[in-house]
Amino acid sequence: METIEKNVAEAPSEETLLVNAARGGDIGAFEKLVKRYDRNVFRIAQHITQNREDAEDVVQDAFLKAYQNLGQFQGQSKFYTWLVRIAVNEALMRLRRRRPERMISLDEDVKTEEDSMPREVADWSPNPEQQYSQGELKEILGKTIQGLPTGFRTVFVLRDVEGLSTEETAAALELSVPAVKSRLLRARLQLRERLNKYFKRRDGEFRP
Amino acid sequence: MKCSDFLKELSDYLDNTMDAKTKADLEEHLQWCHNCYVVCNTTKSTIEIYRGTEVYELPDELRGRLQSAILSKCECHSKSKTEAPETKEAAANTKNSK
Repeated sequence: METIEKNVAEAPSEETLLVNAARGGDIGAFEKLVKRYDRNVFRIAQHITQNREDAEDVVQDAFLKAYQNLGQFQGQSKFYTWLVRIAVNEALMRLRRRRPERMISLDEDVKTEEDSMPREVADWSPNPEQQYSQGELKEILGKTIQGLPTGFRTVFVLRDVEGLSTEETAAALELSVPAVKSRLLRARLQLRERLNKYFKRRDGEFRP
Repeated sequence: MKCSDFLKELSDYLDNTMDAKTKADLEEHLQWCHNCYVVCNTTKSTIEIYRGTEVYELPDELRGRLQSAILSKCECHSKSKTEAPETKEAAANTKNSK
């Protein structure tokens, strides 16, 4: 059966209508966008800056900048991807301000592939996260991801925590698709390696 | 297939973004290589655990404060725009000249 070609322009999504209304100065419409994405922006900001106060500032400044620059939003990308790009830039700026001694860049492409080669290959317990309370687990995960280089951490958060596609992540971070893929793989392998010590199967555990 | 080749493809395998032939090759490797099997499973768990746990929650009270602050700043911005008619006029002229 032949597919029916879409030859009519699709109706604008609810989000496009909100963005258009906000662009025209409708604060209520912008409020809906803020409520839709503020948790995500906060998470991203806190993961990048690793500082609560900075994350709060990033949330405020990113939304204000988005509002002020809605006129420049072309609508070719999703509003959320565009917002993430603003938020990431704000967060990196704050991180650089706080740690001026370190070069912080998303372009940092750390060393060779050896840094991601698994060193310890140990099986994990089934449902390893259930060995810990929710509070302990959050602390373990937070501490572990903090140790990654900024570029790896940011790519992992956008792709695996926030669920952006590889292309959206590349657009938000102004990186190429292969660069996103390479950082993502290394981030995943490094996190796995670091989580080994918390989640690996202890001796004597039942092994089916 | 060597383990290093498997590792290069691991992300695409976990995201299921690869062609059927490569996928079959990787799965064949997984059948006999216990180390890659473990690395693959534990990497998958790593992603799932991060995805399923909200490491940084935005508490309701703080959320409310941030929202109010954002919206009042946006209102200020809108007001300052309407209070500066020359800027508005200039913007309108640029638009018309396009």
